[in-house]
This record gives sequence, C-alpha cells and structure tokens, in this order.
Amino acid sequence: MSKVILTVDDSKTMRDMLKLALGADGHTVIQADDGVNGVEALRSAGDVDVIITDINMPRMDGFGFIDQVRRDPQRRGVPILVLTTETEPAKRQRARDAGATGWIVKPFDPVKLLAAVRRVSP
Amino acid sequence: MDPMEAIKQTYFQECEELLLAMEEGLLAMDAGEADDETINAVFRAVHSIKGGGGAFGFEALVAFAHIFETVLDHVRSGKLAPTGPVVNVLLRAGDLISDHVAAVREGRVLQAEHEQNLKAELEALTGEESASDEDSAPADFEGLDFTPMQICVDLDEPKAAGGWVVRFKPHAALYAKANEPFLLLRELAQLGETVVETDLSALPALDVIEPDQAYFAWTITLHGDIAKEKVEEVFDFVVGDCDLSVEPLSSPTPAVVEPIAADVAEVPSIATQPANAEKKEGPATSDAAKQTIRVDLDKVDRLVNLVGELVITQAMLSQRVLECKIPNASSIGDGLSELEHLLRELQESVMAIRTQPVKSVFQRMPRLVRELAAQTNKKVRLVVEGEATEVDKTVIERLGEPLTHMIRNAVDHGLETPEDRIAAGKPEEGTVTLSAEHRGGRIFIEVSDDGRGINRPRVREKAVERGLISAAAPMSDEEIDNLIFMPGFSTASQVSNISGRGVGMDVVRRNIVDLGGRISIGSVPKQGSKFSLTLPLTLAVLDGMIVGVGDQTFVLPLAHIVESLKPQKQDIQPFGRNGALLNVRGAYVPLVDTAELLGVQRRKSNETGVVILVESQGTGRLALVVDEILGQHQVVIKSFEGNYRHIDGIAAATILGDGRVALILDVDGLVTNCRNRLASNETLATGT
Amino acid sequence: MDDKQIVHAESRRQFITFRSSEQEFGADIMSIREIRGWTPTTQLPHSADYVLGVINLRGVVLPVIDLNARLGRARTEANPKHVIVVVKAADRTIGLLVDAVSDILTVTTADIQPTPELARDDQSEFIEGIAVLDSRMVTILSMERLTASLVAAQNALAA
Repeated sequence: MSKVILTVDDSKTMRDMLKLALGADGHTVIQADDGVNGVEALRSAGDVDVIITDINMPRMDGFGFIDQVRRDPQRRGVPILVLTTETEPAKRQRARDAGATGWIVKPFDPVKLLAAVRRVSP
Repeated sequence: MDPMEAIKQTYFQECEELLLAMEEGLLAMDAGEADDETINAVFRAVHSIKGGGGAFGFEALVAFAHIFETVLDHVRSGKLAPTGPVVNVLLRAGDLISDHVAAVREGRVLQAEHEQNLKAELEALTGEESASDEDSAPADFEGLDFTPMQICVDLDEPKAAGGWVVRFKPHAALYAKANEPFLLLRELAQLGETVVETDLSALPALDVIEPDQAYFAWTITLHGDIAKEKVEEVFDFVVGDCDLSVEPLSSPTPAVVEPIAADVAEVPSIATQPANAEKKEGPATSDAAKQTIRVDLDKVDRLVNLVGELVITQAMLSQRVLECKIPNASSIGDGLSELEHLLRELQESVMAIRTQPVKSVFQRMPRLVRELAAQTNKKVRLVVEGEATEVDKTVIERLGEPLTHMIRNAVDHGLETPEDRIAAGKPEEGTVTLSAEHRGGRIFIEVSDDGRGINRPRVREKAVERGLISAAAPMSDEEIDNLIFMPGFSTASQVSNISGRGVGMDVVRRNIVDLGGRISIGSVPKQGSKFSLTLPLTLAVLDGMIVGVGDQTFVLPLAHIVESLKPQKQDIQPFGRNGALLNVRGAYVPLVDTAELLGVQRRKSNETGVVILVESQGTGRLALVVDEILGQHQVVIKSFEGNYRHIDGIAAATILGDGRVALILDVDGLVTNCRNRLASNETLATGT
Repeated sequence: MDDKQIVHAESRRQFITFRSSEQEFGADIMSIREIRGWTPTTQLPHSADYVLGVINLRGVVLPVIDLNARLGRARTEANPKHVIVVVKAADRTIGLLVDAVSDILTVTTADIQPTPELARDDQSEFIEGIAVLDSRMVTILSMERLTASLVAAQNALAA
C-alpha cells in the first residue's frame, strides 16, 4: 500500500537515496532538510503515514524534531524511524526516549528500510 | 543516468559544500573564534561525508572519517578542548579527508604516507584505539547502552520444534512512541500460524479509561519451525517498552513472564531535550534569512544567451524602426524605449544570477598557504578580506590560477625565512593579505606581502641579460617592478620547486588580460610587495561606442572613453619618426590612426576625422582617429578566441543590430602597444 | 576469399565532398556541422590572407577561411554563389569557403591512398590521403589539422 513518508535529513545524498528506495516501493516522499523545515512540512502536509529522520542536523536536530512531533496533537501518533549509525546505540536509545518508534541503521539496506516501514505502519 | 550514479554525483557535490563548511569551521577554531554551533557544523560535515561514503562503499574514506569524526565528537561534547595543537591536527585531518574525497571522485586509490601517523595522532587525542563513542557523561543519559536481546530465560534451544509462545504486554510508552501492537501481531502472523489470545483483565470501566494508558496483553501461540531470533526481531523496536517473553511451545514448565529491566532511561532524558533544542535554534538566523535554490549551470547559461539574443534583436528592431523613419516620440518609439529599458533591467538581473562571491576561490588559499609554509619552512599568516565581493562566475573560475601563482610568489620569493625576518626586526610570521573589493565598476583584487620587496637591481640586471631592455634605458622604479611580467622572467637563482615550473608571471598577466583585466605590481624594498589586479565584473556585456573606421565598424568600450573631439589641424604636432601628438587643452597625447593600426582602408584620408580620447587605467591616454561615430549602446560580448586565436588590439566581438559582426577594441592593449612603439621611435630618434 | 567478409564496419568512412577551384575535397562527415550560403565577412585586422574574417552564425562569431588560399592556391573572390562549410574539429568551430558542396561519399579504408611523394608540398600537412573511386579523385583533408593551424594565422599589430 502506498504511503506518504516524510524524510528529514540535511544530506541531499541521503534524501535522494531514501527517495529512491521508498519510491521504488510505490511510496510518496516529502523531504525536509532539517528539524525546523520538518516541523514546517508537517504543518502544511495532509496525511503523513511515516516519518524518517536523521539525528545530526543543523538548527534542530533529530531529538528536537521528534520531541516536537510528539507534542503535536495531530501528529503524535505518526510512527518515527530514526537513521542511526551502527556505532551509536546510545543515540538510538536517546532517540527512543524522545519518542522514536524505531530505527534504521545507515548506510541502510533498502530491504530493511522497507521492512521497518511496514512494521510501524499499516 | 542510472539513479545511483546521479545520487553519487549529488554526493560529490554535497561533499564540496561540506568540505568548505568544515574548512571554514576549522579556521574559525584555529582563530579561537568558534562557537558551539560552528564546532557542531564541522562535526556534521565529517559525519555526513562518512555517511554518504558508507552507502557507496568508500571504505578507506569511511575508515578515516570515522576516526576524525570521533575526535570532533569529543570536541563538541566538551571532552576535548580545541587548543592550538589539537586544532592543528584537525586542520591536517581536514586536508586528508579532502584528499580522500578527491581520490574516490577520480576513481583512484589515495596514497598518503602520512595517513597512518595522522590516524595515530587523532586516536591519541581521544585516548582510544578505533573505539566506539560510548563514553558516559554524567550529565546526560547517553552512556546507557543496552543491547536489544533482553530475553532472560535460560534453558531454551534457539529452535523449538512446534513453535513458540509469546507473551506480550505493552506499557504506555510503547503507544506514546506510535508503536502499534496490531502491526507487531500481524508481522508475527507472517512467520507462521498464530493463535492469539487477548488478555483484557487489566481493562477498567469505560468511564475510567485513559486514552494513553496500556491495558491489553496478548498471548500468541506461534506454530512452525521458526528461529527464535526471527520472533524476537519483531519486537526490536519495542523492547524496553513492554513485558515480553518468548517460550518454546513444547516446554513443559510454564514460562514466567519476566519484565525486562531496562526502562530506566525513559523519563529523565526527556528533560534534557528542550535544552538541546534551544541550543540548536540559536544561530539559525543567517540560514533562515536567505533562501536559495540550486540550478543547473546549463540552464543559467541558456538564460544568459537568450537574454543576450533579446538584446541583439531589440537593437535590430530599433534599427529597422529608425530606417522606417518612425519618430522617437511616437507610440512605437515609446514602446521601444520601454522595451530597451526593461531589457536592460532583465539583463542586469540575469547577470546577477551568475555572480558569486569570490569566497569560493579565496577559500582554497588558506590550505595553499599552509602547504607552502610547510614546504618552505616559513611562518606565514594569511589575511583575507572582502570575500563577499561578487563577480560573474566565469571570472571566478579563471581567477583561481592567477591567484595561486601570486600567492606562491609572495610566499616563495616575497617572504623571508623566520631567521631573516627576525634579523630585520620583523615579526617571525610573515603576513600575506588577499583582498577584493568593487571599485569603479570593476573588481579590484590585491595580493600583498610584508616581505623583502622586489630586488630592483637584480631584476634590472636579469632583464638586460635577457635582452629585454637596453642597459642605458632609463626606467622608473615602477617600470622595473613590472619587468617581472615579461616572458621567461624568473629571478630565482635556482628555479624553486614551487614557483618555477615554467609558468611565469607573464602567463598570469596573459590570463588576466584575456579576462579583460589589468595587473601590476608595486613594491617597497624591505617592506613588501603588492600585486594589484582589476577585472570586469561581468564578461558578457559592455557599454560601447560604435565607430566607423574606413568601411568597417568597431566598438570602443565606454568605460575607457574620456571624450570625443574634432581636432583642428593646428592641434596636431608631428613627433618622432612618423608619429604625432594631439594637443588636448595643453596636454599632449599620442595621436593614432586607427585605420592604419588595424590595417583598414580609411575612407577620407585627408580629413582629420573624429578623435576619441581613450584612457587605459594606469598606463596613459591615446587619441584614436576614427572616421565617424555611429552611436552608443550596450553590446553583448562574443568571444571568438575559442574558435580562432587572440588578436592584438582586439578584445572580443559583438553582433550589431544589422546582424553583422563588429570587433571590440582592446584599449589597454592598444595603449600599451602604442607606448612601446613610441618608446622605440624615441630611442631611435635620440639613440646613438 | 570473400571480399565482403574482410570489410568490417570500422573501416568504412563517410565524407562530405566539396569542390574548390576544380579540385574535389572530402572531409569526415563527423566534423561537418552545417552548410551555409555565403555571408559577407567582417575583416580581422592583420590576419593571414586566407582568413576572410568572421561571420555571425546564430549568435556565434565564426571565423571563415578561404580553403583555396589556405591550400596555397589563388585567393577566392567570395560571392553569394559560394558556400560556407561549418566544421568542428580540435575544439574549434570554423567556416570553410568553398565553391560548392557535392555529395556524401562512403569509402573503405582500402580506397584511400596516401599522398604520392612527388605531390607533397607545404600544404600537404592538411591532406590525409586521396580517395580514388572509378575515375574520381577526392583529396581527403584533415579538419583537425586545418583548425589547429589557425594559431599561425595572425600577424602582430603593424610595427
């Protein structure tokens, strides 16, 4: 089933790769390049089924963004997957504490990415 | 293009930007001016380069980036202070990661002998050997590390024949994080045949139910030959937010539901969020203020060309209207005026798209200076001013090489060794200053050093040796200084590794002149030297005066025109062998017959014609004789050197309203040429 | 042996042929951009006699060379009956003034002979060889060498 997925990452390379992988599975992708723009995108978007966000970003990082999303009455129920590198389990935990639903390890395997999306969204 | 290839190109483009941001940040740290946000930006830059690199499998790059990133992480979290020596290592690491990116971009293997040492230095700073970044800081809860596999039952075999019994009781936190038990159950169901039992015992009366509390629990019996890992994997995201047990189906002893003891981190860490969020919000201003988009250069070039064509077409239209004798004051005349006005504005706006701050070229210089200083064992400080000065992109692209040569020259020849400097009463560290500013409709760039200045006797000697000047010719200091621009000139007694590779200052000057600029050098012995160069802001258009010379039409750049006159015979004085001077209100200016100069047949050779007084910045004036002035308007500059070659005295070409090509005269070149001729005439006239 | 089998795709070449003062020349079709009628040229100061000047080719300033003069023969009196062949080679685009364009010739490398020793003169640096078909002799020119040699086409400002 095709979903609307918001990807938040300050690296255009990463955004393009996510779009490629998610688009291949038929999903619609909205992009934002940092937490502030991510919040802005949520304000103006219609339905958003899943959010995928990076942690290290300028202006508002992943933790800040997740926190904002969870405070938003309209969007607090949207599953959020964080992009995290292998070597940062501490960051992963912190993201979860901030309200992240799950995580994707980067560099990501497109198969695992899509599986994670399926796991958190109907 | 294959999508991954396109993304790879995006990655390299992004790396360019990230490397610039990294270098900027490191330089700020070096100057002691870095704030938290800057340090974070440097960290993020390296982190992103590593991230993308990982996706493409650039192992060497990723390996080095990881060590670099770890050190940067320590700096940004306050564990490592960015002292001078530390920043020095970071600067070098920045250079190396730049090299790594260049290597993968060019598809070659990076050979860097110093990489191992640099890695060791970096690791020494963090006190760990390629360690993971898991040091615990007491203030935040980052130190908590736990692995997802929490199931604590002991005597299970990984695979039980028959299946598993999963007991699953979510906590409120699970729902708060938007996890959906239904989805997890669905995923389990895909592993094998499931029987699900819901436990509603904890469900209170409807009027007491709180929407964000957890009341349900499930027991799922999973039939099938399934690996335990696969079952546990389903709950990867929710471990810690639920009570979970996975028991083999055939196990005789009923499993005890054991709560996972790892919820510790939940509540307290949320408190740290606002503080962090705030910190990141701070220095947002400069980014938020200016919105930019990225555009393909091809699109911009096409736009520029189209606008150029529009200008030509409009000129043609004006011409036709003129030929039809339609008066300017008519509605058509008004319309055309308006059109011309709008087009001018359009052109300026479009040209402005192509302008960029010189920063992009200037930013390469600090690294160059670092390397040169190391190579020559001198201490050098680079001061950069006016980076924000904007110039057309084409000018910027061609500015790099001349600037590099000038800076090399300054460090290699200009600056003395630290010992010599101290002996001369100067600070040990030499200073090279690079500045840019707009001046008089052009861009003015200076490269100066506080070194030993030009050795005039030596330069003069060399010039005489090479037959470039005659020993007797009197020369001003300024003229001697500028001798270094003559071809084949190098006063270095041993051609140094750095500067003397056969590319002399004459090539630099040629590059600048080709761009429509001028370069000169000044110097004060023992105090230093200064290169001054000017360049037009844009290479594409020109305000010109259209003149007729014989049966040909030429264009003179308005910027160089002082005035036009109709001279009287008595104002003309013969001079030297066959030259002449024009008396312009008391000052005598060389008079040049443009037709003769350019090999064109003059129409009326008896008349004195019209004289256009032109000036070349710094080199003097010339009175050019032409047959008539045909008009004045903006022309689009078309180069022909790409298809042909350089012609002395001709700067470029343009296409006039009637579709014909007209050549644009190079005033600087003409003035220099005439001066040389006059000088040789003079010496011939006076010489013995 | 079957001749047809020996001829491989790569050994066939296509040329556009044109006439200039009773001689027939050929240029590799890959280097020909377009063919235009003659337009009056704008003179270039102090240029060699074979450089006719420049013309406006849809906004590009194109140098035009008199092929005859370049090959050491008499200068052409250009008139509207002449043709300008626009070629692109060695990173340059230039125009060649010729009398007329003939046709497209397809030859195999076997049909091209090297220039005979005795016939060589200074202009033969531009000649790749001679293609002979039936009774027709076409001199194959190297567009690269022609365009690259423009560097020498300019004299210094009158001294």
